[in-house]
Formats: sequence, C-alpha cells, structure tokens
Amino acid sequence: MKTAVAALILIIALAAAEQARAQQLPGNRETVEIGLSTDTIAITSGFRGTDLTVFGALDNADPLIQRQGRYDIVVVLEGPERDFVVRRKDRFFGIWVNAESVSFQHIPASYSLASTRNLQDMTTPKIFSQLSLGVNNIYYEPMPDGFGSSESLKEFTKELPRLKLKQHLYNQRPGDVQFLSSTLFRATLSLPANVPVGKHIARAYLFRNGEFLRENATSLNIVKAGLEFRIYRAANQYSLLYGLFAVFLAVVTGWMGRLVFRKD
Amino acid sequence: MGLGFALGIYLPIAEISVNVFVLFFMGAAVGFLSGMFGVGGGFLITPLLIFYNIPPAVAVATGANQVIASSFSGALTHFKRGTLDVKLGSLLVVGGIAGAAVGIYVFVLLRELGQLDLIVSLLYVIFLSTVGGLMLYESLQAMRRTRAGQLSNLKKPGQHNWVHRLPFKMRFRASKIYVSIIPVLVLGGAIGFLSSIMGVGGGFIMVPAMIYLLKVPTNVVIGTSLYQIVFVTAFTTVMQATTNQSVDIVLAMLLMTGGVIGAQYGARVGQKLRGEQLRALLAMLVLAVGLRLAIELFVTPDDLYSITVALATRAP
Repeated sequence: MKTAVAALILIIALAAAEQARAQQLPGNRETVEIGLSTDTIAITSGFRGTDLTVFGALDNADPLIQRQGRYDIVVVLEGPERDFVVRRKDRFFGIWVNAESVSFQHIPASYSLASTRNLQDMTTPKIFSQLSLGVNNIYYEPMPDGFGSSESLKEFTKELPRLKLKQHLYNQRPGDVQFLSSTLFRATLSLPANVPVGKHIARAYLFRNGEFLRENATSLNIVKAGLEFRIYRAANQYSLLYGLFAVFLAVVTGWMGRLVFRKD
Repeated sequence: MGLGFALGIYLPIAEISVNVFVLFFMGAAVGFLSGMFGVGGGFLITPLLIFYNIPPAVAVATGANQVIASSFSGALTHFKRGTLDVKLGSLLVVGGIAGAAVGIYVFVLLRELGQLDLIVSLLYVIFLSTVGGLMLYESLQAMRRTRAGQLSNLKKPGQHNWVHRLPFKMRFRASKIYVSIIPVLVLGGAIGFLSSIMGVGGGFIMVPAMIYLLKVPTNVVIGTSLYQIVFVTAFTTVMQATTNQSVDIVLAMLLMTGGVIGAQYGARVGQKLRGEQLRALLAMLVLAVGLRLAIELFVTPDDLYSITVALATRAP
C-alpha cells in the first residue's frame, strides 16, 4: 500500500532567452528557476502524505550578497481552486447546529510553502500581501452574496486558513529551502494525505535584501491511481450506471446468500 | 482488534481507510440481529457507520444499498410461498418512489444548507428511541404475562377504523382487504421519504402500520413490506448515486457479505431462543444507539467552525 511519489528532480538548464531578458535589467540580473522531473504524480489510495522535493537554481547571483545570505527564496505549491463554505455552530435548545456561514470562491484547495527563513524576517508584510504570498496573505475572496455582515466576513476569513492548516492542507515550512551550493537550492514541501487531485502550480519567489525580484512557475498534475480511484471516477462520471450496478450487486449478493444457505 | 493483522481498505467514496474486519463483522452482527428478529437492520447500520466516522451522507446512501440485499432474498422466499400481495406491494412502491424522490430533493437541500448531518442524527434519535421504547415496553409486558401464566396473544384486528371510511377503495385479493388507496399511497410515500433520508428500508414502521392501519393479515405483511423495500431502496440507491455520488459500493459489498452470512445464523438462533428476552435485548441495543447519537448532539464540538467544498463545484 506504500505510495511512491517520484522525487522531483532538477532542471538546472538555464534558458538562454531568460538570460537575455534578465540582462536588459541592469543590476537585477538574477534569475530563479525550478524544475520538476515529472509533470504528473500518481498517488495510490493508501497514500499517507509525503515530502515533495523541488530543486531549483539561482543564477547570476551576486557572490557578495549570496555569501551574506541576503537572497531569500520561497517555493509554493498551490492546489487547484475550489469554492468553500465555512460554517460556525451555535447552540439552539442545547443542540449544536450549523448556524452562520460564509462562502468563498477561487480558494486554493491546498497550499504548501517552504522558505529560506521565517517570512516576517524576509521582507515587509506589505510586499507579501501584494504577492498574496503565505497562508495569511492569500486573497480569500468571498462569494458575492456569500456572507452576512462585514464583521462575520472578517471572522470567517480568519477561520478559513486556520481550518485549512488544521487539516494539513495548508502548511508552511520556514527554513526548508536550503542552498546546496551558491546556485543550487532544494525546497522540501509537504504533500498531505488528503492532497486534492488536479493541476497544482509550483512557484518560486526570489528576494534580494528584502526586495522582490522575480518569480518562476511550473505546473504539476496530481492524479490518483488504483482501483479505488477508478471506482470514484465511475461514481462521478457514470453515476447512473454506477447506481444501477450497485443495485445489481446487492440483488446478486442477496440471491447468492439464499443459494448458499438454502434450508433443507 | 486482537488479530495478528489488520487489513485496511480504502473506501473510494467515503474517502477514508477502514478495517475490512470491523466492517465485515458490523455487517454480520447487524445481519445476525436482522435474521433473528426479521428486521432489515438498516436502522442499525447507518448509525454504526456514522460512529465509525463514515460521512453521514455516504452512510445513508450506502445503507439503502445494503438493505436491498437482505430484503431481496426475503422477498423472493415470500413470493415463492405466495405470502406476498403484489398488487398492494406495487401500490406501496408507487407511493414509495414518490416519497423517495421528495426525500432526495430534501436531502440535497439539507446538504447545501449544511444541516444534513444534524437532521439525520435527529431523525435517528427520534425513531430509535420511539421504536426501542415501544419494543422494550411490549417485551416487558409479554414477560410479565408469561410469568403470570397467561398466554401472550396478539391483538385481534379490531373494528374498522377511520382509514376504512376514506374514498377510492380498491380490493386486494391476496390480503383479503378492501381499502382506500389513499392510506396505502401515503404510507408508501412516508416510508420512501425515510428510506432516502435515513438509509433504512423502513420495515420497522411499515409492518406495524400495515397491521394496525390497513388491517393486512400478518402472514402477507412481511413479504409485501419486503417487496416494497426492495424497489424503494433500489430507487433510492440509484437516485443517491446520480444526485449525490454518495453510494460506496466497496463499503456496501463488505456490509452485504457480512450481513447475508450473519442473517442465516441469526434466523437459526432466533428460532431456538425465547422471544421476549431477545426483544428486550434488541430494544435496549436500539435505545443505546439512539442515546449515543443524542449525546453527540449536545456535547460541545472540539471546533465550532467547519469547512466544506461548496457543492455547486464538485471536483470532476
């Protein structure tokens, strides 16, 4: 039942075009690249979560700044966007009932982050919120008509990332981007057991002296493999046939039981 | 579990890993009880699945699927013996399908409102405590009568009641009754509604209602009730599969296999044992399950907040 998630390996290859473009910006020639050895990961049903290693390269770095450790890198793996409802239970006649709720749209279903240092040590909160970088800076967009008052919106917007962190679907690992050499770095991200299937985007953000320089992105498809997932897909894509088959199975089981245990 | 190994299996729809033996024995234990008492067992399976952390929506839909297996073999037996009123049963099916269709609509609505889990629990608390309480009372009465040296006797079908004054009467030959189709359709509809919301066959309501309201002779009651349950739970299963995608066939297979085997042994044991004590035991079990569900409604949850995917955009 063990799952193999392929360790994702590097592409250090530096695109010539990228280099040319960087050279047009004097004093700002650094580029960041991340690469994945595969564009698809298949996870099987016994998947219990794993670490995902992403390698990357920082090129044209200033050796002095590099030695002083003033380059910072953040790598994020963002899951497919979904709409979510956050609910709060209140007590009615002693019974706990889902009462108020706020609906959000275009929310990443999962969000794994690794960074060279604690985010607050890297640059100002303003820059993070401009980049929507970090669990507390993602823009949690409410659905129009999806909420009651602005106070409740504020309250539920705070709860959303907390619930996601609690489910391990959102996670942040400061210190888990490490330089292996002056140009090569490794980011270790957490893929939780309940990682959503679909298209994930991996992004690398490069900072120098607290200043955001550029980002680079690549995509990764997470699919589920195995019989269980085929059943899941059948239930969703061919739901009528699936339902009829479920009935058929039940009838056959009942009938078989009669045959096997027929009374004398 | 005391076994040297634990065989885990991933349920594709419930999306959790479970122990094969736990579910198999759960099915077998409920099957044993259902064989012993001649009940479908759906009203025990669904709450047990909820206790085992199966999402209530999946527990309800799969419960309905599971009921088909035991009801089908029972209905077949009664059909061969001729203790099944096909005409009355079919009319109950018509009402049942209408009720189940309404039930599925309400189910979807409650799910969107985030109130499904609560309503399912509340319905179970109400029905389990009522049925358990009545059964306990009835079996204690029977025990007292036996101790007093009296023979326990079923109530005679009494005088015609208000049901028999309703219009649109129809003759049902196998049941030897002449009754309005209104109560038949309403009864079928109510059972269908409960079947789709609670994942039960509904025999525990259908059988007494047929005896006391419609005055159907006891010998055809069980067969006719099973006949209706097969069709209505089959319809519910297909509807749940198409609207909620919440039928887990892996889970259903485990429960059904255990259930079919357990039911055979249950039926044998049931013939040898004293009825009243057993009924009292089942009643206490039913009450305990109801109580456990009731407590959960009142206990302060660990986290007052919860997050779910908005249903309009389910993953493809």
